[in-house]
Amino acid sequence: MLIPCPWCGPRDEAEFHYGGQAHVAYPADPAALSDAEWARYLFFRDNPKGPFAERWSHAAGCRRWFNVVRDTATNEIHAVYRAGGQRPVSP
Amino acid sequence: MTRQPFRRDGHRGETLRFRFDGRDYEGYRGDTLAAALLANGVRAVATSVRLGRPRGVFAAWTEEPNALVQIEHPFPEPMLQATTVELYDGLVARGLPGKGRLSGEADPARHDGVYAHCDVLVVGAGPAGLSAALSAAGSGARVVLADDRPVPGGSLPDTAETVDGLPGAEWAAAALAELDGHPEVRVLARTGVLGYYDDNYLVAVERRGERASSRERLWRIRARRVVLATGAHERSVAFAGNDRPGVMLASAARAYVNRYGVLPGRRAVVFTANDSAYAAARDLAAAGVEVAAVVDVRRGGGRSWDGSEVLAGHLVTGVDGPDGVSSVTVSPDPGGGPAGGREIEADLLLVSGGWNPVVHLFGQAGGRLRYDERLGALLPAATRQAVEVAGAARGLSTLGRCLADGAAAGARAAEAAGFRAGRRPAARAEDVAAAPAEHVWLVPAADYRGHFVDLQRDVTVADVMRATGAGLRSVEHVKRYTTAGTAHDQGKTSGLLTSGVVAHLLGVDVAELGTTTFRAPYVPVSFATLAGRDRGALHDPVRVTPLHGWHVARGALFENIGQWKRPRYYPRAGEDMPTAVLRECAAVRRGAGAMDVSTLGKIDLQGPDAAELLDRLYTGMMSTLPVGAIRYGVMCRPDGTVFDDGTVTRLAQDRFLATTTTGNAAAVLDWMEEWLQTEWPSLRVYCTSVTEQWATVALAGPGSRAVLAGLAPGLAVDGASFPFMTWRDARVADIEARVCRISFSGELAYEINVSAWDGLALWEAVQGSGAVTPYGTETMHVLRAEKGYPIVGQDTDGTVTPADLGLGWALSGKKADYVGKRSHARPGDLRPDRKHLVGLLPDDPDRLLPEGAHLVATARLPEPPVPALGHVTSSYRSAALGRTFALALVSGGRERVGERLYVPVGAEQVPVTVTRHVLYDPEGARRDG
Ligand SMILES: [Zn+2]
Repeated sequence: MLIPCPWCGPRDEAEFHYGGQAHVAYPADPAALSDAEWARYLFFRDNPKGPFAERWSHAAGCRRWFNVVRDTATNEIHAVYRAGGQRPVSP
Repeated sequence: MTRQPFRRDGHRGETLRFRFDGRDYEGYRGDTLAAALLANGVRAVATSVRLGRPRGVFAAWTEEPNALVQIEHPFPEPMLQATTVELYDGLVARGLPGKGRLSGEADPARHDGVYAHCDVLVVGAGPAGLSAALSAAGSGARVVLADDRPVPGGSLPDTAETVDGLPGAEWAAAALAELDGHPEVRVLARTGVLGYYDDNYLVAVERRGERASSRERLWRIRARRVVLATGAHERSVAFAGNDRPGVMLASAARAYVNRYGVLPGRRAVVFTANDSAYAAARDLAAAGVEVAAVVDVRRGGGRSWDGSEVLAGHLVTGVDGPDGVSSVTVSPDPGGGPAGGREIEADLLLVSGGWNPVVHLFGQAGGRLRYDERLGALLPAATRQAVEVAGAARGLSTLGRCLADGAAAGARAAEAAGFRAGRRPAARAEDVAAAPAEHVWLVPAADYRGHFVDLQRDVTVADVMRATGAGLRSVEHVKRYTTAGTAHDQGKTSGLLTSGVVAHLLGVDVAELGTTTFRAPYVPVSFATLAGRDRGALHDPVRVTPLHGWHVARGALFENIGQWKRPRYYPRAGEDMPTAVLRECAAVRRGAGAMDVSTLGKIDLQGPDAAELLDRLYTGMMSTLPVGAIRYGVMCRPDGTVFDDGTVTRLAQDRFLATTTTGNAAAVLDWMEEWLQTEWPSLRVYCTSVTEQWATVALAGPGSRAVLAGLAPGLAVDGASFPFMTWRDARVADIEARVCRISFSGELAYEINVSAWDGLALWEAVQGSGAVTPYGTETMHVLRAEKGYPIVGQDTDGTVTPADLGLGWALSGKKADYVGKRSHARPGDLRPDRKHLVGLLPDDPDRLLPEGAHLVATARLPEPPVPALGHVTSSYRSAALGRTFALALVSGGRERVGERLYVPVGAEQVPVTVTRHVLYDPEGARRDG
């Protein structure tokens, strides 16, 4: 798979580190959450067959984290955008 | 006397001698081992893996399922196909009973790797591939043409067809010469593409031979466009005795006659459902093989055949001759199965059940396939790769069409890559019209135990029936139940046949069933080739400290911690490890010892928000640490489990140095970066690894203060001037140093940090003081364990919290949050039966418990399942305690202090007593000397 790093351009997947689902923010006030809400943050992630917004880090390159919308069935990459950015509207 | 009784008249070449199964033979250069064996009349080459049946050469190239051999000389190599081993002088080989044997010796050959990028990669140098490469090359595109055979032309030397008025092999050679003239074209012969991955990343193996500087090279190729011209494999039919030596694919027999000048038999029967086998029969007849009969499934037979008898609407129902075909039974099929039959004397049976386009690579890269009823084959359909499939690989069956198709595909690929293809006319060949093929998967019979579907796995129709009889409906399930298609030929000739037989048995269409998933590698690849130069010392980087040479010179034995080499202990003459470690431990507890701790990870954090970042990541409060002070810190994952521990040193208001465990340094830096970049981008902090910039010497023991005072006369070392958990800049042995008063042994101790360049000078000065014993990681482990200091990764796993380790004091109650804090309030983290770190004292003070051993409550093991209370995490002999001891994680362990538990070791229940995890100097009196 070629992953288009926003800083380095398309590079081989072996240079990257996978970071799981994107847009799962660390809760602003963990102490205010119930056990169930905290457990949801800790342990629950989506696992779709199809487009999935996920985090990648160019670990063996520029070492920057960024987000990718990748089709988990075909590895097609629909979008690449900065960490903390809004997920682009689906194509 | 002719030495090669089955060699066609007039075929010559350089004579090569070889040995097979203990007998000497001769062959010619250009032969494969299989061709040379057939030329010498060797029919049974190997025996089958499960049933031990004799097997002969069945195919002529990589699709061979039967003729597996072991090379014995020049270097033992297992599981090679006789049909792909190029004969060389002095080759020694033998047939295999299905399985090979790895050499016990290290392989002396070198293997190498190459990365390549190109505009167009053409896979296969047959008629379509050569045509594609020629039209792509004409555009100026960077072209790589990879082909697994030693000579170009694909099937052309097998079929001896004519292209542009030239014999096919000559046309192919001319095409190759033309390609070689293009500066941007690279031709890779003997290079099989075995993996096709996303975004046109392909992996190929180039066989360079024993005389080359490397035996094989692994090519990793990234191509903008790919043209797959991988051809087609003929397939067999499931009938009784179809595994006998002498049963051969019709196309393979044609290849042996035309390419190698070898007669695979004297008298042949041809069993076919299509016209291509007639061409094979014609070529065999021309070479002097008597064709006794053509048995054609089709009621109308094939195209006109002026040779022998054509038995249209007939089936082969039996083969006689256990060590090789001696006769073939043929029966008419009036519909509903064969009736009656007659025996035809023959030593060769050619089979053609149809053609399977080689769609393996296309499928590997996620391409979808569709079943074509007319062709009886799976053809490439949709894909998201930038790929063209050309020629027989997409179901074209005649030479002229393959040539034109390849040329068009090459031009399309070049243009898609941004080049303008020229108007080079495609090569031409005369196409002969063929009668439509029929698709027969199996010959009906009462007993299917001799109808082989997968020859290499010895899977018969009876085995497939057992699978479908057990209710399996998916070919993927049938594959796993029967193992059909899982051998090292990856079911090249058997995959679709299995689907066809399953479809027949279930009464459904093959199209409904499809076939199993194609996965790399297309052909087997050796681990040595995949490893390339990354073996031995180059397998993984070796990291050593600036003091490494000294350790080696003193005879230290090393242990690997991640990529680091760390001295484990320094044995003196006659000492074994326990003796040396007891001596080193005693030296530290009674006098002074020195250890190279340069491998500890060191991260320099700078910026106005550095303190805030550390407060969020460590469980303790770091922002209140005064400049000049040091604090122990634990980091947790959000789920509350321990991730790493170390010290944090405040160098300035906005600057800290954090240390990590040796093995976790990179992970901790990544961890900090991840939080900074993804969660807290507003924090202004830079994190920099400085692990290798510093050399660090731990000086420990009651005598360490005097040693330091001697080396650093300008440094006030008394306890009041230089208290525990502080640091001072000083000159030590006249070297600029940062001295930290921290201890991982419980003794008075210092860590002296200097520039890596000065590390050896410092170490030699410390050793030169006379009173210092060098000690290694094993001694360090014992000393820290006596104090109950856990080692992350040894005394912890992914389930252990700081509270479990007795580190509750390191958790800040004042901070609103730190990573992991919320989890520490979850019910699961508050359970009284959590496993706590405790000490264990075996009743027998000489008994050393095995690390990893489990703990149970009873002196006799109950019936399984046995409730385990925990396990031993660390176990040592202690000089200070005068006995053995261990650390363990034990359920509710802190409430069990004083309890008797048992450690099952083999058949024995070793009694132990639970203690607090701090076994030595629990009051901490020794820390100040
Ligand atoms: Zn990058």
